[in-house]
Amino acid sequence: MKCGVVVFPGSNCDHDCYHILKHIMGWDAKWVWHKDESLDGLDLLVLPGGFSYGDYLRAGSIACFSPIMKAVSGFAGRGGRVLGICNGFQVLTEAGLLPGALMRNRSQRFLCKFQSVRVETSATPFTADCAEGEVLSLPIAHADGNFYADADTIKQMEDQDQIVLRYCNASGEVTDADNPNGSAGSIAGVVNAGKNVMGLMPHPERAADPALPGSDGRKLFDSLLAFA
Amino acid sequence: MLAKIHVTLKNGVLDPQGKAVHHALNDLGFAEVQEVSIGKYLELQLDGVSEEEAESRVRAMCDRLLANTVIESYRFNLEL
Repeated sequence: MKCGVVVFPGSNCDHDCYHILKHIMGWDAKWVWHKDESLDGLDLLVLPGGFSYGDYLRAGSIACFSPIMKAVSGFAGRGGRVLGICNGFQVLTEAGLLPGALMRNRSQRFLCKFQSVRVETSATPFTADCAEGEVLSLPIAHADGNFYADADTIKQMEDQDQIVLRYCNASGEVTDADNPNGSAGSIAGVVNAGKNVMGLMPHPERAADPALPGSDGRKLFDSLLAFA
Repeated sequence: MLAKIHVTLKNGVLDPQGKAVHHALNDLGFAEVQEVSIGKYLELQLDGVSEEEAESRVRAMCDRLLANTVIESYRFNLEL
């Protein structure tokens, strides 16, 4: 598996992602600078978390005009797999590669904790190794994770099986009390219609190294391998 | 020419900041406040464009970058 990790000015989970891809998964990983213009030869591209361009204007809004984003669009259009984590998810929605938008948490607070999420579909390259309804415990760390899309868009996403993860309690029930940030439909992760671009607010890369607590994040990376 | 742009959340989109300020104003005794919405205000100094061009170019700037039209709407006026 040949993969790349995009580095924007202000990315701060890029090394975590690179470490998991290269040292834990043992994949051929390389850095992709935001001014690069080619993604030739890659199977997977990760847009990491952080605060690209200081979150100026809106989280992800400036990054989506980086030179690399044209290449990301083309790569995604050709079926290349793209995983946007946290700020990477925000960038993908701003770029129009994923539906919806991510707004300030309804609590107005930065959240940093382990959170249960339920796998809604295993028919994506990112969840192929998970069972539908499986509950994963993943770290979240964000201030702008409140997913919003209008009712028609959400209906369309549901019809096309594009909602991948929802926030839930430890037994997998989706309730308002277990919705940490106010996301519409408790949505934590989505894919595009082609199922090759995924964005999620939780950080799978922070729960994938045996040296650290939590191992559920690894399932997303194992899925990519199983799918390949 | 000066473009004065207001970007606000669309109707029906939850505005937690506005809600918090609304509660605080009510707590301070300003009971007449029924709703608060918080947005952004931008001023752009423009040069070398006609008013007509400016109108369509500022609209393009809002659509492409300054507002996220999934959640936000915008309005602006131009001052000579």
